Amino acid sequence: MIKAFAWAGAAALLAAGAVTSQAADINDAQIAHIAYTAGNIDIAAAKQALAKSKNPKVREFAQEMVRDHEAVNQKALALVKKLGVTPEDNATSKSLSDAAAAEHKKLAAMSGAAFDKAYAANEVAYHKTVNGALDSTLIPGAHNAELKSLLQTGRTLFGEHQMHAEHLASALK
Amino acid sequence: MARYPTAFAASAALLLSLALASPAIAAPKVHVVVMDKLKFGPVPAGLHVGDTIRWVNKDLFRHTATARDGSFNVDLQPGASGTTKLTKAGMIAFFCRYHPGMTGKLAVAK
Ligand SMILES: [Cu+2]
Repeated sequence: MIKAFAWAGAAALLAAGAVTSQAADINDAQIAHIAYTAGNIDIAAAKQALAKSKNPKVREFAQEMVRDHEAVNQKALALVKKLGVTPEDNATSKSLSDAAAAEHKKLAAMSGAAFDKAYAANEVAYHKTVNGALDSTLIPGAHNAELKSLLQTGRTLFGEHQMHAEHLASALK
Repeated sequence: MARYPTAFAASAALLLSLALASPAIAAPKVHVVVMDKLKFGPVPAGLHVGDTIRWVNKDLFRHTATARDGSFNVDLQPGASGTTKLTKAGMIAFFCRYHPGMTGKLAVAK
């Protein structure tokens, strides 16, 4: 419940974006920024887990998050460069970053099994939030076909990660 | 003097019979399964014990091909490929350890 709450503000903002953005008020530069930020947030969370956790399952999962999100974000950087788009900061990116900073702080105060459980639960909640945003706002809102296609790859990846995070969370119970 | 042609004919006949027999023995084959876009590609039909699967990771991400029964496991970086041998008959389910939605099945005959 607490974990879901941490992302509630960002999720609400993303949903509001979906309602109002009939192509108009979210552009590709903003979408690229949100997607890139979403990947970076998960990389930062994974690095925190790698610094704190001794659980091999948690560590393997965190290594996977770093590896996969770095791969997508590298692609995203290459794409925006090719398209001549400069990712543009926006309220949604900021909301995601703020929620991530709060979560990071909360997890920093934990250790051992309590940290592992909280990290896994947060990974489930976070991937759910981003998947919702990709489905409702980011993918439908993308104008450029290559950006849309990369977001779709990101969506499949986040779906796999959510499933893996759910397996991890239930294994830690 | 006459023995050489006879021996030659005999060995030629032996070679010929081996050549004719070999299709029935079915030499082990190599089959390819591609990994791309967080999915396993189509699994070839006509798999037999002793055959090899060549797993080709064309994706952006690292994947494994891991048998649920533990009979094979290969861990591949993006762009890498690796082989596993089919050691037993039956329906063998496999998955990626990193991406649990990536699954497939091999139908292996004796
Ligand atoms: Cu995988």
